[in-house]
Amino acid sequence: MSELLSFTGAQAAARIRAGDISAAELFDAYRERAAADDLNAFLWVADAQDEHANAAGPLAAVPLAVKDLFCVEGVPSMAGSRILAGYRPPYTSTAVANLRAAGAAVLGKTNMDEFAMGSSNENSGYGPVLNPWDRSRVPGGSSGGSAAAVAAGLAPWAIGTDTGGSIRQPASLCGVVGLKPTYGAVSRYGMIAFASSLDQAGPLTRDVTDAALLLRHMSGRDSCDSTSIGYPDEIELPTTDRLDGMVFGVPPELSAEGIEPGVREVFEANLTTIEELGGRLEQVSLPHSPHGISAYYVIAPAEASANLARYDGVRFGHRSDSYDGLTELYEATRAEGFGTEVKRRIMLGTFALSSGYYEAYYGRAQKVRTKIADDFRSAFERVDLIVTPTSPSVAFPLGAKTSDPLAMYMNDYCTVPMPLAGIPAISIPSGISEGLPVGLQLAGPAFSENKILNAAYALEQVLGFEGIPVAA
Amino acid sequence: MSSELSGILDHIEKINELDLDDVAPTSHVVTLENVLRPDEPRPSWPRERVLEAAPDAGDGGFRVPSPGG
Repeated sequence: MSELLSFTGAQAAARIRAGDISAAELFDAYRERAAADDLNAFLWVADAQDEHANAAGPLAAVPLAVKDLFCVEGVPSMAGSRILAGYRPPYTSTAVANLRAAGAAVLGKTNMDEFAMGSSNENSGYGPVLNPWDRSRVPGGSSGGSAAAVAAGLAPWAIGTDTGGSIRQPASLCGVVGLKPTYGAVSRYGMIAFASSLDQAGPLTRDVTDAALLLRHMSGRDSCDSTSIGYPDEIELPTTDRLDGMVFGVPPELSAEGIEPGVREVFEANLTTIEELGGRLEQVSLPHSPHGISAYYVIAPAEASANLARYDGVRFGHRSDSYDGLTELYEATRAEGFGTEVKRRIMLGTFALSSGYYEAYYGRAQKVRTKIADDFRSAFERVDLIVTPTSPSVAFPLGAKTSDPLAMYMNDYCTVPMPLAGIPAISIPSGISEGLPVGLQLAGPAFSENKILNAAYALEQVLGFEGIPVAA
Repeated sequence: MSSELSGILDHIEKINELDLDDVAPTSHVVTLENVLRPDEPRPSWPRERVLEAAPDAGDGGFRVPSPGG
């Protein structure tokens, strides 16, 4: 691999600003690599430098891989769905616009589970992404294309979205850094919606510094998204190499049962590293977190069933060729355009919201959500951050879980409680099991990103994990 | 698909074990007061631009079969 491709995003930006490398040369190197992608990580690759990029900005026209569900004006934005095949939106999402304003150049759109519904990328309408560590395995999902592209060096960095773990879980399975910010930190305007009370955009990067840099420039209050807040303080680039004085909570509910032995072993070693760096460990209880999957798989499908009502073959996207009358137009278009998992979730969601079942499902799930948020609140009275494995397993073989939706949902076991509570969490590469990467998750109270990034950075210096697999 | 959905609902129904009687539901995680902005007119996208993505556009609108038909 040429030296050009070995730089992190921040390193490349610094070299471009110093005049050591040229932005055009860097873009071409990645463009060529992304266009030759044999992991199916990209659904679209730019054929020329992004005209909105700005080499004088802090991101110095460094190429950026963008998950397919971010609308980019004039660029295919399909959310991994056949129902949006060929759709080129008339506007650009705020997250991408903010990054471009800081200088970033859009390199391509990355493959994903259809409408971000999935944990393996096997639900993409455009075929699965392969894990660069082992091409017979999944990259995780739903931001699997972004994670695989960063891991394989097809892009210096990427953005994705996380609803129940869709940034952190693929980051873990591909051995890269993935950060889900506090709900409201990044505008959702122009993000093709899955579950609006949970969806949050964030970075997938080779290291923690890059995650901080992208987050700094993508976040902010946006008048187009009334739930966006931005940060009270600026996101700082992390510098700490010690954890002295910090208390890390270890919840047995998310770190023992259901976690495969190899992952648990790496996690135990990570806890020792935390202590070696001066951090203190304390057991905390999150008694309602085991019910996170249940609450999530009511709330997210319920919101999705409403959000996806707009795909009816009238204003944009696919329209069936054969229909008789308006009702059949809707039915045929949706039957042809949506994949199986999307249909499954629309049915779950409409059922959970239906008269007579609303209280038993949606109403109770919202109460469980309150209890999960309360558990975190009490824990954060005693500890600074909570640590868990990111994913219960390493990357699994393609097809291993496709016939059992519930088994697939359990991949999100350690990652769903955080979005239900709206709090931020990062996954960093923390070790190897069976030759595959394992991720460590650090979660903190709302708007504690600077603290999370600093702790993750300190751990990263010791864990010393190479972001790019040998296979690439 | 019905057996898959039943399996998922069985799992979801584990939340019935919890005592949630006095718990307030959460629909939004961040405590925000009403978010207001000045009601100022802004230009919309040009009609042609929006119709570009339509599967069937005509007469300045989206063409669909008659809802009465």
